[in-house]
Amino acid sequence: MARPFSVTALPGFGLIAVAVFVALYAPIVTLVAYSFNAANSITVWGGFSFRWYLAAWENRAVQEATIRSLIIATSASAVATTLATMAALGTTRRGRFRGQTMIYVMINQPLMVPEIVTAVALLIVFAGVRVATGYTGLGYLILAHSAFCIPFAYLPIRARLEGMDNSLETAAADLYASPWRTFRRVTLPMMAPGIAAGAMLAFVISLDDVIITEFVKTAGQDTLPTYMLGQMRRAITPEVNAISTALLALTVLLLTAFFLLGRKRS
Amino acid sequence: MATPTPAPGPMPPDRPGQAPDPIRARQIRNGWLLSAPALFILLIAASGPLAVMAVYSFLTPGDYGGVRWVFSTEGWFRVFFQRDIFDGTVSMADAHVTILWRSVRLSILTTAITFAVGFPTAWFIATRPPSRRAMWLFLITIPFWTNLLIRTFAINEVIRNEGILNSILIGIGLIERPIQILYTDTAVLIGMAYVYLPLMVLPLFAAIDRFDMRLLEAGYDLYADRWRVLRRVILPIVRPGIVAGSILVFVPSLGAYVTPRILGGGRNMMIGNFIELQFGQGRNWPLGAALSMMLLLIVLVALLFYVRAMNRAGGGSPHG
Repeated sequence: MARPFSVTALPGFGLIAVAVFVALYAPIVTLVAYSFNAANSITVWGGFSFRWYLAAWENRAVQEATIRSLIIATSASAVATTLATMAALGTTRRGRFRGQTMIYVMINQPLMVPEIVTAVALLIVFAGVRVATGYTGLGYLILAHSAFCIPFAYLPIRARLEGMDNSLETAAADLYASPWRTFRRVTLPMMAPGIAAGAMLAFVISLDDVIITEFVKTAGQDTLPTYMLGQMRRAITPEVNAISTALLALTVLLLTAFFLLGRKRS
Repeated sequence: MATPTPAPGPMPPDRPGQAPDPIRARQIRNGWLLSAPALFILLIAASGPLAVMAVYSFLTPGDYGGVRWVFSTEGWFRVFFQRDIFDGTVSMADAHVTILWRSVRLSILTTAITFAVGFPTAWFIATRPPSRRAMWLFLITIPFWTNLLIRTFAINEVIRNEGILNSILIGIGLIERPIQILYTDTAVLIGMAYVYLPLMVLPLFAAIDRFDMRLLEAGYDLYADRWRVLRRVILPIVRPGIVAGSILVFVPSLGAYVTPRILGGGRNMMIGNFIELQFGQGRNWPLGAALSMMLLLIVLVALLFYVRAMNRAGGGSPHG
């Protein structure tokens, strides 16, 4: 008997989709599998072992790069989320005003300009500032990361604010709450999910950044991704797989938490 | 610095001709004040540096990198042309044009490939039962949020000479010697299609998800076959998603740096790697700055095209 005619089915689409999912995950699964390889090679299997995780854990360069990555991502996402929250409050729920489009364009600029262009522009400017001031610390990286994380923090916070009901705040004001109290006790708690989403996005974006970091950093300021990029130019051992797998696990963990939280709310 | 800082002062009222409303004026002033810190950071670490770079593209290269503050259009000139050292004749800079053309060609191909496989994938996800749709979407989102470097490294392990793909092909006796894919344009193309695919699938899914499936029944009732329904009903309606996905893939492909660097090797540069070269061994900052501005211009043109296409789609659909 012929299969019933399905309106939404298109010939071959299911097959292509399944092939896409396989192609999407096969390389990642392989990468994870070889991180547990006991042999020195990333292509010849020599039995199961945690050897490379231990090697990465004890590697001084990896330790320092990890700490540096976390310092930068934490500082940059804190700065970006705070500023983005203020900007979102400033650009929503007060009607359209002149110059608002310019604010949107400036905030979203890092999303539109290719990263390599921003990276090179920052290289030029920071090289000059370094010579002029003599300061060579992590400040440059934190500043650069804060800037390109702002739109990622801003967008979910703005979306949350635009979907929010004004009446609770009006009620609070009617009950003689001061504007600050209304903000602290009503507006901020209602915004919290948007702020959390924005902060998480900013953190992941900063943690993953390769290009801008590669151009802004000076010698000895490797983050985890730029350290890995450096390793890939040399002979690769499964240590890189182990670091990749750890980062991957962190991403999946954060995403799953986010996914489950979102489902509970809706 | 060229970009003016927005003055956080009282703004003129929205509707000229009416009496200024003090409450409205305060609202607007607070809007600027609240946005000012974010704008300041973006000015010093995003927009401002771009303006500085625009200036640098009109300066003279220094001997050991950097610039000398002497006006010159040589940087822009050298993007497309070269002068013979001996007789001073001007000709096309073949090497530069080749790299620019490779970047544009590979980006267009990447967009085409991701659309060809991304559209069926997005359609597949959107037509799953609602309970399982979120799970399929989540499976697309994980690679999307996974570090680009890790994904490039993963595909590198698959296509290298001793990699999985060649091992399998040799194992089943299809080939005798490994096919050299790594360090070719094909490798860069495979890599970019792999890493940017989620950027195509997600907006396509958003568009298909809004698509009214009853239109399909109408099409089939009117004796259209599947191909005609796809071409005449589905594709025109989900066009905004197609445009959005294409821009989201095309723009980062054009500026790609990590993927061509790892998979393309030294010879198969794209414009991003060529820009880096000017700030490293090339020691020609003005040329690098001019190339960056070129890249930025192409991207802006693509974005303008996108905005126009979106406005057209937005204006037309409610009546259609």
